[in-house]
Amino acid sequence: MGKVQPRVRMAKRDPEDRVRDFNEVAVGLTDEEAAYEASRCLMCPKQPCIAACPVGALVPLFMRAVKDKDLGKAYDIVREKNRIPAISGRVCPQETLCEEACTLAKVGSPVAIGAVERYIADYALKSGLGKEIRPGEEGRKRVAVVGSGPAGLTVAAEMAAKGHEVKVFEALHKPGGVVVYGIPEFRLPKKIVEQEVDALRRQGVEFEHGVIIGRTMKVKDLFDDGYDSVFVGTGAGSPKFMGLPGEDSNYIYSSNEFLTRINLLKAYAFPTYGTPVKVGRKVVVIGAGNTAMDSARTALRMGAEEVCVVYRRTRAEMPARGEEVLNAEEEGVQFLMLSSPLRFLGDERGGVRGVELQGMELGEPDESGRRRPKPVAGSESLKAAETVVIAIGNKVNPLIQMTTPGLETAGEEGLIKVNEAYESSIKGLYAAGDVVLGEATVIQAMGTGQKAAISMQHRMTA
Amino acid sequence: MRLTLNRIVSWRDLGQSTRLIEVENPAVAARVRPGQFMMVMSDETGERIPLTAADWDLVRGTVSIVFLEVGASTTKLGLLREGQELFHLAGPLGNPTEVEKYGNVVIVGGGVGIATAYPVARAMKEAGNHVTSIIGARSSDKLIFKDKMKTVSDDFMVTTDDGSEGRKGFVSDVLRELLGSGTPVDRIFAVGPTIMMKVVADTTRPFGTKTIASLNPIMLCGMGMCGGCRVRIGGAVRFACVDGPDFDAHRVDFAELLARLSQYRAQEGAALQLVKERAVA
Repeated sequence: MGKVQPRVRMAKRDPEDRVRDFNEVAVGLTDEEAAYEASRCLMCPKQPCIAACPVGALVPLFMRAVKDKDLGKAYDIVREKNRIPAISGRVCPQETLCEEACTLAKVGSPVAIGAVERYIADYALKSGLGKEIRPGEEGRKRVAVVGSGPAGLTVAAEMAAKGHEVKVFEALHKPGGVVVYGIPEFRLPKKIVEQEVDALRRQGVEFEHGVIIGRTMKVKDLFDDGYDSVFVGTGAGSPKFMGLPGEDSNYIYSSNEFLTRINLLKAYAFPTYGTPVKVGRKVVVIGAGNTAMDSARTALRMGAEEVCVVYRRTRAEMPARGEEVLNAEEEGVQFLMLSSPLRFLGDERGGVRGVELQGMELGEPDESGRRRPKPVAGSESLKAAETVVIAIGNKVNPLIQMTTPGLETAGEEGLIKVNEAYESSIKGLYAAGDVVLGEATVIQAMGTGQKAAISMQHRMTA
Repeated sequence: MRLTLNRIVSWRDLGQSTRLIEVENPAVAARVRPGQFMMVMSDETGERIPLTAADWDLVRGTVSIVFLEVGASTTKLGLLREGQELFHLAGPLGNPTEVEKYGNVVIVGGGVGIATAYPVARAMKEAGNHVTSIIGARSSDKLIFKDKMKTVSDDFMVTTDDGSEGRKGFVSDVLRELLGSGTPVDRIFAVGPTIMMKVVADTTRPFGTKTIASLNPIMLCGMGMCGGCRVRIGGAVRFACVDGPDFDAHRVDFAELLARLSQYRAQEGAALQLVKERAVA
């Protein structure tokens, strides 16, 4: 094999510029860059990228179409396996999936698959390319989808494409679930989500907001109303707190609350938008996943002077994508490793003024394989903070499980228990995404949603 | 077909900046129970605010909401009239108030909270309880739902801070005398300003009478995904939206709740100012 051509690096906005607004950081590939990247694909017969992708994206096929400059065809190929590519192209951790599996990764750097996928989707959305997926009429059934996050959108699209009547029930006032309330504008613009949702609407998918299944209606009501299948994709959105003294002080937010105020309810435009948020001069973010990075970078954009991510392990164990850690670092986020909060200190008006931290060291590996952090005696310190964001993860939403008699759950967490067809203990009731997996990724939600959709189709047409 | 319309079918001025709107939403009207609330957005730029159902009509498919125009969001909500639609309404949320045949039940309602107390009093009465209602407001013109409360109460008492109607003083004064007189009381339900609920809890604690308070923390999502409404109950953190809003009043950390309610006091003025300027323009 000859010399491997270098991989294109997607251009990003200058940190000093981008940190002043909420506009997207990664600008996308140019036509030339996309064609070049596509031409790097070896079209190898093993297709390890497809096998590594939770939705089985037909990577070499769309790479060839891009190389041939047939973007309409490329988009159709992408959408065969992925109904919301402009979303996943931005937030999927390709570096641990298709790109890690890419044959080129072994001899140089892998094809920038995620960047090309995003390029195709953006191009298509902008120029209206790609054939509309038109529902057929035969064997039309009714499908209810509970929750409009990545799993729900995937199932809705798959079912609509098969010609079924699909209604999505969303508790919040905007569709998208975590991709609108959680993932910030600078990583995934709301306009992109709206465009993907509009594409589903054109396929006949209906969205009903403010209907909370389990409260406004029960799952049983949906079946009684004549839905043939019900899909539950209610996700993992119940925030974990640390249970430490002072944690209820004002301006200590869960990452969900902090991001929802700013992303979904546009607190950055207060008072034009009515939802307030308090971002002090000094902000501490606890946790080291993507949500922690999102929170820290959001705090900077809200005008914080100093934002510090506090994590009890080290850089190597951080669960966030490397790219997101790098973005945060470039923008000036500070990192305080091997530190864990002991308690939060409040001021006389009830607001937080600081965090007492315990120094940690890494001991033996725990059940997750990561080295377990343990406290170092006498290493307590105080860190000032006027706002604290707790980003240590979420539990599954329990409402459907609580309000659906006969629905079996798994584990302490109360995940919905499903079989290999993603069908629950109730016939015709399917579930996928975080409510089944626990906290996972957007692409895993899409992948399991896709499998559930295949089972639903199979059962409804059997 | 949409299940939720959220059209305002009637609008009433209850006086002193208190409004009652009746909103068309058959799905909510069919499900809502006393003590439950809805998350409401007046328009796309508005806040999500929790508002408790004051009444509902299964036949008309409507739910009634009472609110006091006090901040930006409620002022904006008050600008909507019959025929207009709320941007968003989600519900019913929270656990319904526990209603059983307890025996002698006292319902304490303060200010705009009387609207929340009404369906609870009605349900308590329907469940076969002897219902004593004590309602209070700052002054006579701020007393709402008087006649409605009277019709569902066996005994009915009114207090005003300024003495312009009923007994001069606070609802807790009447409650203290009632408990002190030896009248057997099996359960107390209190809803109103947080400070009132705190005083009610302090009043009934020495008597050991089971007291339920319907808490009103700042909420954002209303469905358990943000933790903004967390309250401390007997030392443990609870989310008022999914674990409440009703809690054992004797176990509520009211000092913390009061502090958390003040979080955005600095911002509230700016938001209200903008709404008022726009309403004029």
